Amino acid sequence: MKKKFLAAAMAVVMAASLAACGSGSSKETPAADGKETPAADGDLITVGYAQVGAESDWRTANTESFKTTFTEENGYKLIFDDAQQKQENQIKAIRSFVQQDVDYIVVAPVVETGWETVLEEAKEAGIPVILSDRMMQVSDDSLYTAWVGGNFEKEGETCANWLADYLDKQGRADEEINMVTIQGTIGASAQVGRTQGVENVLKDHPNWKMLDKQTGEFTQTKGQEVMESFLKSYDDIDVVICENDNEAFGAIDAIKAAGKTCGPEGDIIVVSFDSVKAAFESMMAGDLNATFECNPLHGPRVEEIIQKLEANEEVDKIQYVDEAFFDTSMDLESILKERLY
Amino acid sequence: MKAINIKKITSQRLFLPIFCLALVLLVNIITTPNFFQISVRDGVLYGYMVDIINRASELVILAIGMTLVVSASAGTDISVGAIMAVSAAVCCNILTGGERAATELAAPLIIGLLAALAVGVLIGCFNGFLVAKLNIQPMVATLIMFTAGRGIAQLITDGQITYVRVDKYKLLGSSLPGIPVPTPFIVAMIVVVVTSLVLKKTALGLYIQSVGINKRASRLVGIKSVQIMFLTYAICGLCSGLAGLIASSRIYSADANNIGLNMELDAILAVAIGGNSLGGGKFSIAGSVIGAYTIQALTTTLYAMHVSSDQVPVYKAIVVVIIVALQSPGLAKFRKSLAQKREQNAKLGKGAA
Repeated sequence: MKKKFLAAAMAVVMAASLAACGSGSSKETPAADGKETPAADGDLITVGYAQVGAESDWRTANTESFKTTFTEENGYKLIFDDAQQKQENQIKAIRSFVQQDVDYIVVAPVVETGWETVLEEAKEAGIPVILSDRMMQVSDDSLYTAWVGGNFEKEGETCANWLADYLDKQGRADEEINMVTIQGTIGASAQVGRTQGVENVLKDHPNWKMLDKQTGEFTQTKGQEVMESFLKSYDDIDVVICENDNEAFGAIDAIKAAGKTCGPEGDIIVVSFDSVKAAFESMMAGDLNATFECNPLHGPRVEEIIQKLEANEEVDKIQYVDEAFFDTSMDLESILKERLY
Repeated sequence: MKAINIKKITSQRLFLPIFCLALVLLVNIITTPNFFQISVRDGVLYGYMVDIINRASELVILAIGMTLVVSASAGTDISVGAIMAVSAAVCCNILTGGERAATELAAPLIIGLLAALAVGVLIGCFNGFLVAKLNIQPMVATLIMFTAGRGIAQLITDGQITYVRVDKYKLLGSSLPGIPVPTPFIVAMIVVVVTSLVLKKTALGLYIQSVGINKRASRLVGIKSVQIMFLTYAICGLCSGLAGLIASSRIYSADANNIGLNMELDAILAVAIGGNSLGGGKFSIAGSVIGAYTIQALTTTLYAMHVSSDQVPVYKAIVVVIIVALQSPGLAKFRKSLAQKREQNAKLGKGAA
C-alpha cells in the first residue's frame, strides 16, 4: 500500500517537472524571437555577470563596480551570479544566461581552463562573452569578444621603477641592494606577471641583487614563514617584494620578530601589490613602504566595450584598466576615505 | 652483544619515525651549516630549529586528534582543515563584534576562545554522530564538513578577512612576554602531555584500540563502541578548533579561504609517517607527533636550501615516498625474509661444519 502511494506520488512529481520543463522552453522561444528588438527599441540591455565569489575586499569592490555601472538608469539590467569559487557554478550560470537569452555575458573565470564547451554554447546563441580579471585558455580565441583586467607585468615594472626612484632619493642609487621576493601562488597570472615585470627592470640595475624567491601562496601565514626563513639565510636584506598585500603583512611580522625594522624609517623596504584597505593602514602605521594597485573597477570599461559593440564598432581584444600606486609620501588618509575598496 | 643491541633499537616501534626525522634534519648539516644555531632575539629563541617546532604546532595538535580517529574508526577525518577555518571565523567574529576589523576587543578574549573550541567540538560531534551512530563511512561523513565548513566560515565573516588587531590576541600565535619559547609550541606540548596522560592513566587508550581492531567484539565484552568512536571524533574536533585558534592568532585574523587549507592531508600524512596503520587499531601518539615535526622539518629544510618554489612539491613528494616506503609492511616483510635466509644460511653452514 505504502509503496503504491509512493509510486503515485513520484509519478505526480515527474509529471509536474515535465510540465515545468515544457513551459520553460515555450517561454524561451518568444524571447529568442524578439532578441534584437529590446536593444533597438532603446529598452534595457541585459547583462549576465558570472562572478568568482566574494573572497576579498578586492572582489567585493569589483562586484560593486558592476552593480553601480549596469543600473536601470544607465539602461541596463544586470543579472548577477556568485559562483562561490567553483567553476561548475560558473558554467551553470553561463548556461542559464544563455537560456535567459541575455544580450551580453561577462565572466570573471575561477580557473583558466575548461571553458570551450560552454563558450561554444554562448557563441551558438549569438551572445558576446566578455572576460573580466582572469584570462581563459581556449583553443579558439574568437570564443570571447574581449578581456578586461589588470596588467600584472606592468604592475611589476611600476613597482621596480618606483624602487629605483626611491633608492635614488635616498642616495642609494649606486649602492649594492639585496632583494628577496615572496611570490604568489606559482602559476597564477598575478604571480607570473609581477615576477616578470620586476625582472624586466632588474636587468637595468646591475647593482640590484635578487637573493631569493619563494612562494608565499598569497597568504599572510606563508608570507611570514617564508620571510622568517629568508631572514635566517641572509643577514643583509634591503628590499622585500611581496606579490600581494597579505604576504607583506606576514613578512612585516617576521621582520619585527627578528628584531629588525621595516618601512620608511626602518632597515628593510617592504613593497606589495593589490592595495587593499589593510595595506593603507599598514602604511599609515609606518610598516609598509608602498603598494601597487590592482584596479578592481572593471565595470566602466566593460560598459564602454558593450556600447561600442551596440554601435557595431570594433573593440580591442585585450584591454587593461588604469592602475595607480600609493606610498607613504602621499596623503593616505584622504585617499583611503575616497577609496571604494 | 653489539648486534643484539642494534637489533633491539631498530625493532623499537618508534625507531623508523625518529630515524626519518633525524635523516631530514641531518641533510642540513651539509647544506646549511647554521641550521642548528639557536640564538636569543628580543627575549625569544631564534633559529631554524625554533621555526620548526613553532610552525609544526598546529599540525601536531591536528595529528593527535587524527590518530585517535584513525585508530577507532579505521577512517580519516578530512574536515579538520575546514573546522580550523570555522573556529577561527567564530572567534574573530565574536572578538570584533561582527565588524570586519577591530582594534579593540568587543567581547572578553576568553569568550571568543571558548566559543571557537565549542564550535570545534560541536562539528566533531556532528561527524561522530554520522560515523558512529549512522555508520556512514568516515571519509564520506566528514566530506560533508570538508565541503560545507569553509562555506560556513565565509558566511560568518561575510566572505572577507576579519582582523582582530589587538596585541592580546596575537599572544597565542607568537610568544608570551618573558617566555623565550613560542606559545604554539607550549600549547602543542600541553596537548601532547594531557592526551598521553589520559590515554595512559585511564582505559580510554585501550578501549579505542580495541574498538578499532574489532568493533563488534569490543561491544560484546562490554565496551560502548559507538560512544568511544563518537568521542574520538569530538576530541578531533576540539583539536582542530584549537589548531584553528593558533593559526588565526598568528595572523590576528580569520581568513576563511586559507586557514587550515590542505592541513587535513598533512595531518593524515603525519599519522602515517608516525608508523601508524591507517587501518585502525594500535596507535602511537608519539609516532604521529614525530611525523608532524618531520613534515615541518622538511618544509623548513627546503626553504633553507633555497629550493625554488615551483620545484618544492617534487622534492617533498620524493622524500615522503622514501619515508613511507621505508616503513611499509611490504619492505618489513622483505627485511624479515632476508634476515631469516641469513639465519638459515648460518645454520646450514654450522651443520656442514
